[in-house]
Amino acid sequence: MLSVLNRIHSRRGLSIWLGVLLLLAVLVPVLNLELSEASPLHIPTYIVTILGKFACYALVALAMDLIWGFTGILSLGHGVFFALGGYAMGMHLMLEIAGQGVYRSRLPDFMVFLDWKELPWFWLGFDNFFFAIAMALLVPGVLAFVFGYFAFRSRIRGVYFSIITQAMTFAFMLLFFRNETGFGGNNGLTDFKRIYGWPLAAESTKVALYVISVVALLVMYLIFRYIVTSKAGMVLRAVRDDESKVALSGYNPLTYKLFAWTLSAVVCGLAGALYVPQVGIINPGEMQPANSIEMAIWVAVGGRSTLVGAALGAAVVNGAKSWLTGSFPEIWLYFLGMLFILVTLFLPKGLLGGVMARRKKKVAAA
Amino acid sequence: MSAVEKKALFESSELSVQSAEAERKLPSQAPSLPVKKERQSLWPLRNANTVSTERQAAVRQHRANALLCVDNVSVSFDGFRALTDLTLIFDDGELRCIIGPNGAGKSTLMDVITGKTRPDEGSVFFVGEATDLTTLAEHEIVHRGIGRKFQRPTVFGQHSVVENLEIALKAKKGVFQTLFAPRRGPWQDKLDEVLQLVGLSAERDVLAGLLSHGQKQWLEIGMLLVLDPRLLLVDEPIAGMSHQEVERTAELLKSLAGKHTVVVVEHDMDFVRSIAGDTVTVLHEGRVLAEGSMSQVQSDPKVIEVYLGE
Repeated sequence: MLSVLNRIHSRRGLSIWLGVLLLLAVLVPVLNLELSEASPLHIPTYIVTILGKFACYALVALAMDLIWGFTGILSLGHGVFFALGGYAMGMHLMLEIAGQGVYRSRLPDFMVFLDWKELPWFWLGFDNFFFAIAMALLVPGVLAFVFGYFAFRSRIRGVYFSIITQAMTFAFMLLFFRNETGFGGNNGLTDFKRIYGWPLAAESTKVALYVISVVALLVMYLIFRYIVTSKAGMVLRAVRDDESKVALSGYNPLTYKLFAWTLSAVVCGLAGALYVPQVGIINPGEMQPANSIEMAIWVAVGGRSTLVGAALGAAVVNGAKSWLTGSFPEIWLYFLGMLFILVTLFLPKGLLGGVMARRKKKVAAA
Repeated sequence: MSAVEKKALFESSELSVQSAEAERKLPSQAPSLPVKKERQSLWPLRNANTVSTERQAAVRQHRANALLCVDNVSVSFDGFRALTDLTLIFDDGELRCIIGPNGAGKSTLMDVITGKTRPDEGSVFFVGEATDLTTLAEHEIVHRGIGRKFQRPTVFGQHSVVENLEIALKAKKGVFQTLFAPRRGPWQDKLDEVLQLVGLSAERDVLAGLLSHGQKQWLEIGMLLVLDPRLLLVDEPIAGMSHQEVERTAELLKSLAGKHTVVVVEHDMDFVRSIAGDTVTVLHEGRVLAEGSMSQVQSDPKVIEVYLGE
């Protein structure tokens, strides 16, 4: 008897999924750069950037699925990890253009505006690209580790944990809204020009960022797939289903939850760092509680404990969002709510889980 | 079982009444263990209390074959005393049945041994080892060799039968150790052997949630067996089982005694009689009411009184 999970993670499922990602990583840039704009197959650059954004969202969805779908911990605060990764990258991009801002100062414009003379200590080092990347992973990781350690040790679980994560992202949002906090207040960080010497406005840079995002998605998928199919993944699912039984089997559930939780946050940080240079701005709006809830919806729509489904869910929901907010902006939120209700009612295992279950029935009937 | 049946059952056995007064303080044989009183430390979890060698020797002298000692344990919840100065000694390899009416403290006793409940006073230790188990976390106690089967079968329903055993398997259990653990290895023979023993070889790859009630119970016993426990705590194993399943369970438990020390908590007197080893312990209001062979405790007037009420 093969569960849905086993079939999605079968060799065949793996090769299909890897094939799709590789195709996306290769074909889209080719169609964008090699074909003339007149060609019907030409993909305009703005679409490439949107797809790059989707790849970042898909990374977040993978991270959400690891902690929610496999470990059973519903976080409604993953937006904060995403935003912190984004801020780390944004800080680097701000310093990259030192001296070329509106005020020609070596400080970012908003600091000049606040009449600051020195770079605050927590901005030091961010002029180094690799330091910024490291921080984009470390800061969310450390925050998650500390937060998770105390929450899990106090045996906070279920909706209580979800509510606390909501409160956390809300608190961070308020903190980052303050000008004095030193991250640009409600305007956030923007007006970036170059990344690692490459102009952000150039098509080739945009395509390169897209390719890097898709490759990151592919690599993280492989890592997560390894984790969930390892014995540790088996224990994580067991923690989800019956935590006290796991403890009685000789495991310390705390370390397993902390591992999945922290890794999940780190991957969100990575996604944020890839996201910011593509959209050109990071502000506290990313930490809105609603953003984190939307992340959970991507996973629910795509299918929990499937990895692939979660990533697809992120793409489907955001695809619908891009289209609807463009064409019928007033109905987007209704659509999102309706989608969530319909999926919960009719496809409790999400789009992918539902499709797999239907195929299974067909196979059984044949 | 109705009260009338119970009475008949007790009266049918021979009369060999033991002094219930003597029974109260000590487990079965004299001389009784002196009661040890100890102040609780301020940081019970940090400051791992150890059990003195004198205490170990006293227990050893009392019972040559002792494996585990529950030493003067008291537990109270909001003023309700669940266990009162309870002392129990389990011998190596014995099959011990613990009976007692509702609220006698049977479950609390198991909770204390497995570390789920911290006692207000007293200690639990393996005879010959200094560690006081009541200072350890639940999963650490499992590593010391105590396995518990709950009354309600708790298996991982979304995992296959063999995966359930694999999770339980005695192995390194840190997150990075399991992350890089190979999925195949010599332990698979062990899994097959246990599957055979509990009669689930054919259900190897079935999701555990789809098993029948009895099969889940056996799977759970199997999950304890792969841990190679020294002490196996089994809580009401036959609740809700069919007649055949009860018989199979009795055989299974009897076959385990000798290799493991098995402690069975059960209500069903017929079942207890069918598996009872040398010693049966009767708990009542958090104390040992009687201890001895099945026929001894059955004819104990105190036991009859408690079981039948006034």
